[in-house]
Amino acid sequence: MFTFILKRLAIAIPTLLLLIVISFLLMHSAPGGPFTAERELPPQVLANLNAKYGLDQPLWRQITTYVWGIVAHFDFGPSFVYKDRTVNQIIAQGFPITLTYGLISFAVAVIFGVSLGVAAAIRHNSLLDYIAVGVSIGAQVLPNFVMAPILVLIFTLWLGVLPGGGWQGPEYWIMPVIALSTSFMASIARITRSSMLEVLTSNHIRTARAKGLPERRVILRHALKPALLPVISYLGPAFVAMITGSVVVDIYFSTGGIGKAFVDSALNRDYAVMMGVTILVGALTIFFTLVVDILYGWIDPKIRY
Amino acid sequence: MVATTENSVATKAVAKGRSPWADARRRFWRNKAAMMGLFILIAVAAFAIFGGWAAQWSNEELDYNVMGQIAELGGPSFANGHYFGTDDLGRDLFARTVQGTQISLAVGVIGAIIACVVGTLYGATAGYFGGRIDGIMMRTVDILMAVPYMFVLILLLVMYGRSITILFVGIGLISWMEMSRIVRGQTLSLKGREYVEAARATGVSAPLIILRHIVPNLAGVIAVYATLLVPLMILTESFISFLGLGVQEPMTSLGALISEGAGTIAYGTTWQLGFPLLFFCLTLFGFFFVGDGLRDALDPKDR
Amino acid sequence: MSLLQIKDLSVTFDSEDGPVHAVNNLSLSIDQGQTLGIVGESGSGKSQTAFSIMGLLAPNGRTSGSVTFDGQEILGAKPKTLNKLRAERIAMIFQDPMTSLNPYMRISDQMAEVLTLHKGMSKTDALAECTRMLDAVKIPAAKERIRLYPHEFSGGMRQRVMIAMSLLCRPDLLIADEPTTALDVTVQAQIMDLLNDLQREFGMATILITHDLGVVAGFCERVLVMYGGRVMEEGPTDPLFAQPTHPYTRGLLAAVPRVDDEDAIMKAIPGNPPNMADPPKGCPFHPRCDFAGEDCLVMPPLEPFAANRARACRRPIEKVAP
Repeated sequence: MFTFILKRLAIAIPTLLLLIVISFLLMHSAPGGPFTAERELPPQVLANLNAKYGLDQPLWRQITTYVWGIVAHFDFGPSFVYKDRTVNQIIAQGFPITLTYGLISFAVAVIFGVSLGVAAAIRHNSLLDYIAVGVSIGAQVLPNFVMAPILVLIFTLWLGVLPGGGWQGPEYWIMPVIALSTSFMASIARITRSSMLEVLTSNHIRTARAKGLPERRVILRHALKPALLPVISYLGPAFVAMITGSVVVDIYFSTGGIGKAFVDSALNRDYAVMMGVTILVGALTIFFTLVVDILYGWIDPKIRY
Repeated sequence: MVATTENSVATKAVAKGRSPWADARRRFWRNKAAMMGLFILIAVAAFAIFGGWAAQWSNEELDYNVMGQIAELGGPSFANGHYFGTDDLGRDLFARTVQGTQISLAVGVIGAIIACVVGTLYGATAGYFGGRIDGIMMRTVDILMAVPYMFVLILLLVMYGRSITILFVGIGLISWMEMSRIVRGQTLSLKGREYVEAARATGVSAPLIILRHIVPNLAGVIAVYATLLVPLMILTESFISFLGLGVQEPMTSLGALISEGAGTIAYGTTWQLGFPLLFFCLTLFGFFFVGDGLRDALDPKDR
Repeated sequence: MSLLQIKDLSVTFDSEDGPVHAVNNLSLSIDQGQTLGIVGESGSGKSQTAFSIMGLLAPNGRTSGSVTFDGQEILGAKPKTLNKLRAERIAMIFQDPMTSLNPYMRISDQMAEVLTLHKGMSKTDALAECTRMLDAVKIPAAKERIRLYPHEFSGGMRQRVMIAMSLLCRPDLLIADEPTTALDVTVQAQIMDLLNDLQREFGMATILITHDLGVVAGFCERVLVMYGGRVMEEGPTDPLFAQPTHPYTRGLLAAVPRVDDEDAIMKAIPGNPPNMADPPKGCPFHPRCDFAGEDCLVMPPLEPFAANRARACRRPIEKVAP
């Protein structure tokens, strides 16, 4: 197991470095520099600005400085737009918020999705199964940016029970979490249901039943683990999609997470912040993929690298 | 051993003489959800193509009669020809929805085609050559999978201007990787077949074998995946348009219309959200149902 | 009183193409310590008979008739009642040892849970007992191997594990559903020898389901020949094999390659097994039977015709002296 983790890390770290370099080059190749967007600056001012941000250095020098800053000091450099703030400060402000509602949404999607899927599978072709299938098919077409306005319409404008935006306490978490988790919960429920149905017809489940185990034990001890394998491989992409969805949540509910920082910087052409957020999200993705791989290897004894 | 042991299912199939494709077609036509999906898709496509003729207003005209009093006068009405009401500026929402549906469908289909072509060629090449080439190509995909694409796409749109071409290409290019993995797996199992070996033995070149012998046999998988890819493309485009970074005025897409509608619900103009949302959901439903139906028909696991 | 008594058992599956009658009016009984073979081609309903005894039919399966075990009706019994019997009094081993063990659990956990559940043993005692049982089925280094996962065993070894697991509670009845079909020929013989030894040692009644007549001849006291979900002929093994009276039994025996008589021609039965969704009228074998006549369109009853023997045929091949 230990060597397995080491091997995965050996892939993860170069991936991350590559990601940093690629986003830097992308940024660098943008037509016009970061300061040419608004209005024509006097050449002297521009030269000063370029010197201040190190943009007058040769390209390889810029890259190594940037990479070294991130690797050694976890420093993404200064913002190009806000003169008095660094990228780190901007990220540090939004990241805890994104992490809070992101993790809650993830937990909600997994717990409810798996429970719904398992319940539907063991009551196959019952009313519960039909409801679960209906709900998960319906929720598939309700991504975060569709859920968000619908929730606000119902809970804020019609019922007036939940605040429409902001980030001041648990009641502000409810709508972002529902908006973010609904479609993923549906997908997880669908995957769990169909893989559980398949596992339940497998020979080893028949053996477990022939051993006189109570149905509960058959499901929990014998069927759940293999049924969850496809769900686990879905968690990686789901996680990435959820982080992406946080952009919508931050905009629509004014929650102030990193999604907000990203869109603001995109609109302001603040390349430093955009790069910082992209790299951070990429790092999270890589880390999460690693966790999922390890989880998979832990459940399936046949995977031994 | 009993020499007569025969699979009774096989016997039945021989007796009725059904080809696997005919069998799949029969299963598809029998699938009620898929039929409903197909019906929805045809209806949505008809709306996108012919809706323009039914509209009383163009999508750019401003109706000065309702301007300033959208919440009171801009609602859906047959009297003034705004079947779906007007948007916040007084433009006809029916015409706008027709246009948005056109753009969204186009982005979805073109994006899916790009993803399929790139993914199929890449995956088939990796799978066919195998060995080191396969290793390098698939490792590259692994690495590229870790890139947060939505963010990169937004970066591209910001840096190179919000052009619809970048949107089309960008959305297509971020979705080919899953496809390439699936195709590679299928190719690995196909390349050992006799007819591929025979082609190789008679000196047919590798690109020709891939195009003539491998890719056609992947048609089923590709069709299923492509159908399921279209709604994902539409979702991606709508997501970006919702953020205001996608298609730009005067063009519009369902995502952009939902975004506008979502921004104004506080003023009581619910129809501005409702109609685009309805067409968005219908389109996705249609593709999901047809895609699932195709998958079940071509790969019947339950039987 | 017999240990297991089956009366008029029918098993029907609902399918897309209408009901499939897998087993029709089957009756059999087996006494304490007896060995019974059920022989037939695939699709003859033999496995479904076994599954309905254990309550393991697929969800779309329906049963009628009666199955009593030790005087207790168990057909359609509540899961609670069945779970008390399963493993503890009736155990089963399956055709495919590759997939019948849980690939995600260690052998130790899979085996021990039978004892902790049914006998209330502690984990330590259960493990000790499991190791002893693995020794009994001749798995070398059982103490170490019990910690492994199923995929780390060969097919034959896995079937030994299955057998050990089924015998943990010393059941009164063991149902072996084609226990050797998925194995190599050399391993098949080893497994059958092992089952033979264990049957003698533990003295449980055994139902052996197989299409391999050689296996039945070496193992079972009595044989039941099934075709198209019905019993064709039954009786003590040796006389039945020596003098088959049902055309199907004879066809089966003629299809066995013989080692002792090189000149003998191996004859396959012409035609295919019946499609159970649309079975032939009357005797299911009549379309393939050389002796069939008009009267075969009505299903003949299973009637005794000699000591301990019975058959369902209107055109038996020869009369056997009583």
